[in-house]
Amino acid sequence: MNISNRIIVTPLGAGQDVGRSCILITIGNRNIMLDCGMHMGYQDERKFPDFSYITSDGNITDIIDCVIISHFHLDHCGALSYLTEHLGYHGPIYMTHPTKAIAPILLEDMRKHLVEYEEEAKYFTSSAIRDCMKKVTAVNLHEVVTVKEDIELKAYYAGHVLGAAMFYIKVGNDSVVYTGDFSMTPDRHLGAAWIDKCRPTLLITESTYATTIRDSKRCRERDFLKNVHECIDRGGKVLIPIFALGRAQELCILIDTYWDRMGLKVPVYFAAGLTEKANSYYKMFITWTNQKVRQTFVHRNMFDFKHIKPFDKTYMHNPGPMVVFATPGMLHAGLSLNIFKKWAPDEKNMLIVPGYCVSGTVGNKVLSGSKKIEAEPNKFIDVKMSVEYLSFSAHADGKGIIQLIKNCEPQNVLLVHGEEEKMKFLRAKIMQEFNINCYMPANGETVEIETANIHTFNMSTKLVKEILDDQSNNLGNGKRLVHGAFLLKNGSSNLNAMSVKDTFKELDIQRHTLRFTCTVEIKESSTIQKTKTKLYNMLENNLPIFKNKLTMSDGSISLASILVTVEDSMDNNKKKIVISWANEDEPLGNHVLEMLQNMSKSD
Amino acid sequence: MKVYCLSEDPNKPCFVIKLKSVTIMLDCGLSAHSVLNFLPLYPIPDWKPNKAAAWIPKNFSDPQIEGELNECMTNQVLVNSAPEFMTPLTKLVDFADIDVILVSNYMTMLALPFITENTGFKGVVYMTEPTLHIGKLFLEELVDFVEQSPKPNVAKYWKEILHLLPPPLCNSFKPHTWKQLYSLAQVNSSLTRVQMISYDQKIEITGALTVTAVSSGYCLGSSNWVIYLESKKLVYVSNTSTLTTHPRPMDQVNLKNADLMLLSSLTQAPAANPDSMLGELCLSVAVTLRNNGSVLIPCYPSGVVYDLFECLSSHLDSTALGQIPMYFISPVAHSSLEYSNILAEWLSQSKQNKVYFPEEPFPHAQLVKSGRLKHFKHVYTDDLWNDLRQPCVVFCGHPSLRFGDVVHFVEYWGTNPQNTIIFTEPEFPYLEALAPFQPLSMKAMHCPIDTSMNFTQANKMIKDLKPAVLILPECYAIPPAGFGHKNEFVIDQVDRKVLTIKRGEVISEKLDIKTVNVPFTTEMVVSVTLNELQSGLKASKFTAVLDTKDNKYKLDILRDDLLANKTTEPYLLETLFKKTYEWGQLDIDRFLRALTNEGVSDPKIEHNTHGYTIHLKSEDTLIQVDDKSTHIFCEKMDKNWRLKLRSIVMECLNSF
Ligand SMILES: [Zn+2]
Repeated sequence: MNISNRIIVTPLGAGQDVGRSCILITIGNRNIMLDCGMHMGYQDERKFPDFSYITSDGNITDIIDCVIISHFHLDHCGALSYLTEHLGYHGPIYMTHPTKAIAPILLEDMRKHLVEYEEEAKYFTSSAIRDCMKKVTAVNLHEVVTVKEDIELKAYYAGHVLGAAMFYIKVGNDSVVYTGDFSMTPDRHLGAAWIDKCRPTLLITESTYATTIRDSKRCRERDFLKNVHECIDRGGKVLIPIFALGRAQELCILIDTYWDRMGLKVPVYFAAGLTEKANSYYKMFITWTNQKVRQTFVHRNMFDFKHIKPFDKTYMHNPGPMVVFATPGMLHAGLSLNIFKKWAPDEKNMLIVPGYCVSGTVGNKVLSGSKKIEAEPNKFIDVKMSVEYLSFSAHADGKGIIQLIKNCEPQNVLLVHGEEEKMKFLRAKIMQEFNINCYMPANGETVEIETANIHTFNMSTKLVKEILDDQSNNLGNGKRLVHGAFLLKNGSSNLNAMSVKDTFKELDIQRHTLRFTCTVEIKESSTIQKTKTKLYNMLENNLPIFKNKLTMSDGSISLASILVTVEDSMDNNKKKIVISWANEDEPLGNHVLEMLQNMSKSD
Repeated sequence: MKVYCLSEDPNKPCFVIKLKSVTIMLDCGLSAHSVLNFLPLYPIPDWKPNKAAAWIPKNFSDPQIEGELNECMTNQVLVNSAPEFMTPLTKLVDFADIDVILVSNYMTMLALPFITENTGFKGVVYMTEPTLHIGKLFLEELVDFVEQSPKPNVAKYWKEILHLLPPPLCNSFKPHTWKQLYSLAQVNSSLTRVQMISYDQKIEITGALTVTAVSSGYCLGSSNWVIYLESKKLVYVSNTSTLTTHPRPMDQVNLKNADLMLLSSLTQAPAANPDSMLGELCLSVAVTLRNNGSVLIPCYPSGVVYDLFECLSSHLDSTALGQIPMYFISPVAHSSLEYSNILAEWLSQSKQNKVYFPEEPFPHAQLVKSGRLKHFKHVYTDDLWNDLRQPCVVFCGHPSLRFGDVVHFVEYWGTNPQNTIIFTEPEFPYLEALAPFQPLSMKAMHCPIDTSMNFTQANKMIKDLKPAVLILPECYAIPPAGFGHKNEFVIDQVDRKVLTIKRGEVISEKLDIKTVNVPFTTEMVVSVTLNELQSGLKASKFTAVLDTKDNKYKLDILRDDLLANKTTEPYLLETLFKKTYEWGQLDIDRFLRALTNEGVSDPKIEHNTHGYTIHLKSEDTLIQVDDKSTHIFCEKMDKNWRLKLRSIVMECLNSF
């Protein structure tokens, strides 16, 4: 159908990369920005998505119809206040309620770090964050939100962190599902991502762990606790750099219950003073956690920790074993980096990194085995403490991504938020297993996907009735031959079907009837009436398909648009047969004419 | 479509609609009016005053009636038995046929176990998350109330001799159909059939229709419903509030321009303004407390009670009574308070915004923390009596005063004239509710608070929403007794078709469906090329195959094997499958030029009133042309000539 459309996708960030997620999509005439993240691995302009791609030709609010934020991680929402307060975007922004509640806290946390280390962070003020969040509309799971009349949004549960959502976006007949970050396995406080068979034109999925088949969560939890326990047993200090919200709550539940069970007395601290506040959010958004936490919340709040106490900066110099959770999670700044600098040279100590560290961060360098870290210009730190990477960040693995594709049945897949090599591997796998296209554009690279996505049309009940009443179109087995017309009004996504007659009426176009009339003389001496009956019988026998379209009245025989009349001829032994038909029945009309001509010849 | 009415009380609605092949139940309210005819159940059995004496009809003796009836001090006769409820009518619709039940709010689902358990019900129940959580609390509380003071006997015989009984008992509506309450096991089994939904979520039902819940502003998670069947829109309006209280505001937009609207559950206190009632309540609470009396407020475990906590506490603060404790006693009090603070998405904007700080959305969370509001499971727990400090305000159920902890408090505080009982739930006539406890010294106040729309608001809403057809409970079309002809207590019946319905009735209403939504195959989509024939309008003819098996339609291209089945005659195939439709006017100059090119040299043209007549003498052909038609009279028996002429004409016309 030539009302086919295109979906255009351009990653401004997270194209063959992890960090500063920001994907621009165009469906129909609508431009939508998916996430607006910040890259924690860079200090320069690469920190932000490449907004110049959009702003070079005009006002950003005129170009972008809406912005969707998948979850509160800074690599997904970190540049939002820059977009609204610096670049002046003032169109609609959507995110879930928990994201709207928690994102400003992480933004504020990041702002403090940036202001400490960077000159150019002047635009980045607390009031800018507040003003930005005022522009946000919060959505509920599964609620269908209509934006600017023709964009439909629907959020699905994504697991990953509290409030994380996958978004289904539909414009006209085309649709996109954007996963943000998601996890397909439930954990200690969150459930698994879920989506129905919504059959999007395109699925844009993260692919952080594209090639990993992940071992069971229980094993990782056991390893984590074993590592922690061994370290404190030898008198060491354990540093766990972490985001204040999200994985932190899961690990706190884990440590708290373990300390309880083992009767441990070694102090556990949570830095940043955020804990109590953070836990309030978890409590009030308990409906976003998993079944078990939800069912018990009235009697026991899972987020009231018995063994975890607030941390004070001075504690890092205390002797003896301890466990400290500190922000930020990638050791790129702030308290966790300070503690690391202090504890790294002692081999008794241990660093457990429970999440992904983007390249460029100290966390990333340590994890890739660097034993000397340049924490400040020309100041190197020897890393003697043991370093463990425990992947607790809840992303789907390859198997989970394949499962998601099976669940929602997309027509195309596009990978973002991953590393090029791993993406290539997953891409091949998807194309092979599902026989669909799979794309993996780099930042700034545009993918265009042709679509032909009208799946249904509205058929007039009048036409349906005409079809069912007319036996001559019965092809057997419930199948009916239909002649009709499609009509599409500009700007409407509803294709209508009706009879040709009604279509002309709707189009306000005058139909032009083309008719043929021919005369044949046949040898026939009986009355006009008898001749008519004879002809009628002949037509009935020869054209059984049209049996119920054949009628005989006083004046004539009619079959569809064909009219046959009998008149007396000058010659008493002959009759004049006048046959007339409309152009739409030309082959049949001509056939009947030939039948009559044969009669006249054979006489 | 058909609409069945299964409930006699429009505030405990239960309708069934049949649309196409789908059967939908709208709400399943439980009418508890019948329980007023029963003796109260005392939560503390040894604390049971003896105010009611055995009663039998005059000049009547039948041992079967003994022990069934008691007369209280107001001469009202009450049944000594486990209480019975009025459930939705069972005879009109087989519950096993129901595909889905749509539950609007937690107040209209209390008959759910009667519908889903042991009836062969196989369907799905849709409701919002708050409706499920809070509805569960209501059901559990009700079961707890009735089961904590079990009555060994079930009185039945009195139903046989209704005509011998005094009013109001003799006016009981079909007491044979009354039922005892369900069990907790039945409640739990019933709730396993629930599927939670969001507002504005589109739910497909058996592929035939789409259902959406929209906010009704009445209570946490309360909904109205929009049902789409093809191009037709039906809306069901249940408890709806246009006032600003704690729930998310009502969504009017989605209810607009429906083909049919079914309206139920308007206010039960049409003459009382909720705000002024709340004001009166606060005043009389303050007066009572100042006189050293305590206040008893019979209530349900969620809903208006949250607003009462909020308004009353701030009123008491402002009148220097801030130290007075409030007690919320219910088996589900704790859960209700906890749930109210985790459902931010379903609250008014101002309450929702608090969560972002993060602060609990309701002030009662703070009242609980500071110890001003205390909650207890039961009146018979020692904790309560160790804590209870008078004067105080006690909130507890059930508002009928026939079971629950309130029964104890009415007796316990009833002898003290300084105390006050304030009725806020409009459902039960308060004097009838108090009858078995008389004589009472405690003051009784009636401040009915029902935030549902009143008739004036409903009439305005209907005017704005413009439904084509409106179906009403019969009683909304007649002014209530005692209100004369006041039309502020009826729904206007102008500007549209209005039908009324009452318990046991069925309405058939034809839905004139103009189009049906039909899917097509990918090949079919690809085969169509639309052309812009008018500005803004694209069209294309098609010849295709409509599969009509099982009344489910699908459009596919015409495949060769199907053709072969039908016929092999080429002329038939062409007639059946190749159609052209001409339009516009014949371009006469072009036509004549084309004839000349074909060697037809002698066209003779005559103008007439309609158009032209063209004689082609050498070809023995006459052509009549006007704006709308071209008629070729071809006497020459030469097929080739006729077909040549045909193609010339067609070239000079637009075709589609
Ligand atoms: Zn994330």
